[in-house]
Amino acid sequence: MTYNINQKGFYGQFGGAYIPEMLYSNIARLKDSYLEITSKASFKQKFHALLKDYVGRPSPLYFAERLSEKYECQIYLKREDLNHTGAHKINNTIGQILLARELGKTRIIAETGAGQHGVATATVCALMDMECIVYMGSVDIVRQAANVSRMRMLGAEVRPAESGSKTLKDATNEAIRDWIDNPVETHYIIGSVVGPHPYPDMVARFQSVISEEIRIQLKEKIGRENPDYIIACVGGGSNAAGAIYHYLDQSDVKFVFAEAAGLGVETGHSAATSILGKPGIIHGANTLLMQDKYGQIIEPYSISAGLDYPGIGPMLANLIHSARATVEAITDQQAMDAAFSLARTEGIIPALETAHAFAVLERKKFLPEDVVVINLSGRGDKDLPTYIKADLAS
Amino acid sequence: MNRLQKLFDTKQGDILNIYAPAGYPKLEDTMSIITELDRLGVDIIELGMPYSDPMADGKTIQDSSQIALENGMNLDVLFQQLSTLRENTQVPVVLMGYFNQLVQYGLERFLDSCVKVGVDGLILPDLPMEIYSNQFQALFEERDLSMSFLVTPETSDARCQTAAQLSTGFLYVVSSSSITGKSGNLGEDQISYFEKIQSLLPDTNKLIGFGIHDQASYENACEYANGAIIGSAFIRALTGDKELSSNIEEFITSIRP
Ligand SMILES: Cc1ncc(COP(=O)(O)O)c(C=O)c1O
Repeated sequence: MTYNINQKGFYGQFGGAYIPEMLYSNIARLKDSYLEITSKASFKQKFHALLKDYVGRPSPLYFAERLSEKYECQIYLKREDLNHTGAHKINNTIGQILLARELGKTRIIAETGAGQHGVATATVCALMDMECIVYMGSVDIVRQAANVSRMRMLGAEVRPAESGSKTLKDATNEAIRDWIDNPVETHYIIGSVVGPHPYPDMVARFQSVISEEIRIQLKEKIGRENPDYIIACVGGGSNAAGAIYHYLDQSDVKFVFAEAAGLGVETGHSAATSILGKPGIIHGANTLLMQDKYGQIIEPYSISAGLDYPGIGPMLANLIHSARATVEAITDQQAMDAAFSLARTEGIIPALETAHAFAVLERKKFLPEDVVVINLSGRGDKDLPTYIKADLAS
Repeated sequence: MNRLQKLFDTKQGDILNIYAPAGYPKLEDTMSIITELDRLGVDIIELGMPYSDPMADGKTIQDSSQIALENGMNLDVLFQQLSTLRENTQVPVVLMGYFNQLVQYGLERFLDSCVKVGVDGLILPDLPMEIYSNQFQALFEERDLSMSFLVTPETSDARCQTAAQLSTGFLYVVSSSSITGKSGNLGEDQISYFEKIQSLLPDTNKLIGFGIHDQASYENACEYANGAIIGSAFIRALTGDKELSSNIEEFITSIRP
């Protein structure tokens, strides 16, 4: 039994490629070539060289002494916040831009929620001199204004998505429509482990550099590769997938995912997909989905733009469905509290998304000897206006 | 043989298929639009089942779907509205929607409801041919429900053949690699693509859709296929400044004077 993807592009019952014919040729070409291209020595060499010298990898695995004392266990932070552009998202965009070049594409599109994936895409497009268009919900354009300015400075065009809840789901719809309109010269860099096969697997592989490094770093620090727990926040699930990838089939490593409960799971203003969702199709994949009984997608809500999504990557849906992973639903307020607490105990201001993962520490009891790795997926610069507002209010 | 197949048996050209979202502009307009289109000689009616996230459709269809959903349209209401369909008209009716709608309703329950009200076929743009032929084809065939698959300029010749084989209503020829609602004129690339499809699949019933919006583009499409599908342009006409039936009549007579 493996929790990784099967030959047909499914994780258990989840995954697949439910796509209109207008996307077929591009998706089929990706599916047929992504493994071959990414396993070539020349590709790997370019990918790893950029991760090292441009992104600044390996990212440190930091033993958080004061946090460990506070929560009475052994807490290690995987510092994806120290990557160039400030989050894990760049691991994936470096991989995909190299792939896009191999495929002969000249124009790049992307969706973004928190703007971190948009910035990471704009960055690699600047680096490779490619045209870049980023779709972003108009609500997110306001709440993540700093990242919009960064994308524009990097030369990307930011196009607002005005439909639905004007957030990540709607930005993804617009990006898909753009690809349907421009199938020949364009590559769509999806920012998480969502979308039709092969995207979930391809993005998970690019992000798996995180767990590859954790293994080596833990071995160096504590003499064993496996932690007892890995904790990560889940929007689409790419930082979580990257942090657990090499541990998928090692049952002694437990996974805890933090989902955004918004104002509370039962309030009707939530993005806790695994609790509120049922199997259904979104953006080309069968996965857990927030929907009504007619299959109409329910608009999610979270204070954090990167977790404000009504679906979840099919790999994670399968892990949750088969009880390989557990989920904690974290409210806006709990995430805010966790962000302030991390700032004052460790001197690290996390992204609002990441703060959800830290709130798990308030919920779960660990043994003193438990080794707990938290994936610190991104830094909080982009969220300062939200933090300042909350601080003034309290 | 269903009404769709009978139509193509008796009529081989100049077929006009009009797309209308169910429950739009008002919830109760569905049946009036169908009977009005039938009265005006429209050959096929393609009813959109409004979906929250119609990824293959453009802004016009998305906006009208949103309004229909806000009006209270859902599949139970739709089948209720269509319960008198065959007392009123024998025009072939095709439902267009997204696969998740069928999955959540229950696929067999959905197909049975189609048969019961007299729907003749389906278009499900996000249900790929492979998944259909491996898992669901028999369920459609048992019930004499037609399926129509899409081909685009990017579709390979072999795949066009498969789409033609699996399409028991008509093959939906997407006029360009484009979402619905764009309206330009036919370019050289499009014409050579239509000619390729014509010579590859001379015996397949084909309708051209996407971007057909007036008499000229309609007649142009009819030269390269058995007819054409008009969606977004019709939706825009529905909310014209007259009452519903006059808006419809004016539009249809502008396409086929
Ligand atoms: C810092 C950070 N963490 C997490 C996420 C959530 O995405 P994913 O679940 O794909 O890691 C985002 C998304 O924008 C992000 O910016």
